[in-house]
Amino acid sequence: MAPKLDTAQMQRYWTKTSALMWTIFALWIFFSFVAPLFAVQLNTIRFLGFPLGFYMAAQGSLLAFVVLCVWNAISQNKIDEEFGVQED
Amino acid sequence: MADSKAAGGGFYGNLGKIYGGYAGGFIVFTLILAVLEQMGVPNKIIGYCFVILTIGVYAYIGILSRTMDLSEYYVAGRKVPALYNGMATGADWMSAASFISMAGGIYLGGFNALGYVLGWTGGYVLVGILLAPYLRKFGQFTVPDFLGTRYEGNGARLAGVLVLFCASFTYIVAQCFGIGIITSRFLGIPFEVAIFVGLLGILVCSMLGGMRAVTWTQVAQYIILIIAYLVPVVWLSTKKYGIPIPELTYGQALDQIAQLETKLGVVKHFTDAFTDAKGQFSWTEFNNFWALVLCLMIGTASLPHILMRYFTTPSVREARTSVAWSIFFIFLLYFTAPAYAAFAKLEVYQNVIGQPIASLPAWVQNWSQVGGLLTIKDGNSDGILQLSEFIINQDIIVLSMPEIAGLPYVVSGLVAAGGLAAALSTADGLLLAIANALSHDVYYKMIDPKASTARRLIVARGLLVGVALIAAAVAGTRPSGIIQMVAWAFSLAAAGLFAPLVLGIWWKRTTKIGAVTGMLSGFGVCLFYLVMTRYAPETFKGMFGTDLWFGIRNISSAVFGLPVAFGVTYVVSLMTPAPSKEMQNFVDSIRTPGGAVAAHTA
Repeated sequence: MAPKLDTAQMQRYWTKTSALMWTIFALWIFFSFVAPLFAVQLNTIRFLGFPLGFYMAAQGSLLAFVVLCVWNAISQNKIDEEFGVQED
Repeated sequence: MADSKAAGGGFYGNLGKIYGGYAGGFIVFTLILAVLEQMGVPNKIIGYCFVILTIGVYAYIGILSRTMDLSEYYVAGRKVPALYNGMATGADWMSAASFISMAGGIYLGGFNALGYVLGWTGGYVLVGILLAPYLRKFGQFTVPDFLGTRYEGNGARLAGVLVLFCASFTYIVAQCFGIGIITSRFLGIPFEVAIFVGLLGILVCSMLGGMRAVTWTQVAQYIILIIAYLVPVVWLSTKKYGIPIPELTYGQALDQIAQLETKLGVVKHFTDAFTDAKGQFSWTEFNNFWALVLCLMIGTASLPHILMRYFTTPSVREARTSVAWSIFFIFLLYFTAPAYAAFAKLEVYQNVIGQPIASLPAWVQNWSQVGGLLTIKDGNSDGILQLSEFIINQDIIVLSMPEIAGLPYVVSGLVAAGGLAAALSTADGLLLAIANALSHDVYYKMIDPKASTARRLIVARGLLVGVALIAAAVAGTRPSGIIQMVAWAFSLAAAGLFAPLVLGIWWKRTTKIGAVTGMLSGFGVCLFYLVMTRYAPETFKGMFGTDLWFGIRNISSAVFGLPVAFGVTYVVSLMTPAPSKEMQNFVDSIRTPGGAVAAHTA
């Protein structure tokens, strides 16, 4: 069984976890709202044979979401191990 | 297989072999039907084979997975590995709306409908970072369980059940509607009857084995639905451009569509962003786009039938990994959908419009008979089909595209089987979420806490059948289009559940009264806007002097409910005494994967 963290350690653990959450959250906002909402401007650029604005909403942002989820799983597992709170 | 499942060892060790063999078997089955088609077996028989044999397989898995164990029934014994839970979540997630309607929506709406593609994928980021691992650590049976524990009492539990019921029921009616369309078209029976035939398909999967049966049928259904969705698009991509990766080639289709749009005089271009019907940039479309994306994403992270899938993994770590697998499996379909839409559009522009109406192929006839979803009216009586004379419903684009493009009928049968898998798997997940909330949270936790295991399982099954019958009956009245009903469900769930779930984990100061009032007011505002603008638009206009607040359509009602839910929860929490030390310890204990969940009273 994982050792119980004292208050200070718990605080540090949660600060790190929160920092990761907010970083990914900010990128989520970027790919969900910022990039697609500039579609009119981006559509004037061609990318892989697509208008870029269309491409981002149809493929680019989706790819980014997959990467964000994988990144979250890997990084959070590392944080857990650093503090010794992973499951046995 | 039945014995090894019961024992738990052999089955879990051989998952790869079992499902690999199953996928191979399905491909062989499809190829045999393709050969039979070439030998002159009628289309009708091919359609029957796909629909009946796939439902038969699901029923078989459902019966093999029957159980009388509570943990197996509610959370599949918490033994589902991350990869398979990802597939099951994919099937649970991708419903008739994603499979049948989404590409159709893009076909009709162009860029503006990409809000669905974005909205139905990005939410998993929120599930992964905000909720899934923590709910898994909490480790009970249902989402209202969490609310009832964190917010100490039956008030929060009941409010949770209310929101869950409204959202999931709306959602399930849409699935029954989709199942009705497919069974009606491919079995050649009336829509109202077809719904109830499809219902049997839902019940055999979930009734006997609960979450365990649903999990293993959903994995099987994912495999069928993804093959079915990719085959026609990959085929067309190869046929048209010589490369079997549609996601790379449909840029060319978009160019051809743009040229044909000019030729046919279409003013609203396919790839243009935020344009209205006249092809002009519109702030209303712009606002509705981001509002829809927001509601669908937050709704993703609030829908209990999705969140409860992460209760079934063996550990918190696997729950996180499983979110990543889920979005990957879902992504495979979603980033193909716009290609599906583009190819369908190109086919219609090139090969349907401008043809003599008398010589249109048989699919036009066949689809015109399914409840007015396709109409062809020779407005100017010149015998030639004009663009404005061809009215196709978004719910049949995906199903009819293989025929429109002249692919063998076996591909149509395959797509129908895929659509059916998508609708059945989601309906099962939803049905289980509703029945579990009613049997576990309402009956066991609130009405009869002394009920025996056997009795609890009987009640759960009875409720399952009851809810399914009512949903099918409501679907028979054709309340609205599939995608619209599903979007309502997302808004309702988002407005009612997101704030209490997220704040319950991330803000220790959230109090019981704050959460309950926040939930009810957010959900209330959302429901009010939805119902009023949909069913009493005149009264709504009389009250506010406008048809819609800020022009936001009611599929995005949660845009108004969410800020209310968060605002009320925040203010009321600060006005009421902080949660007890025990509750704070409880929150700490679900924040770390290791260790026990701290004692809690409720």
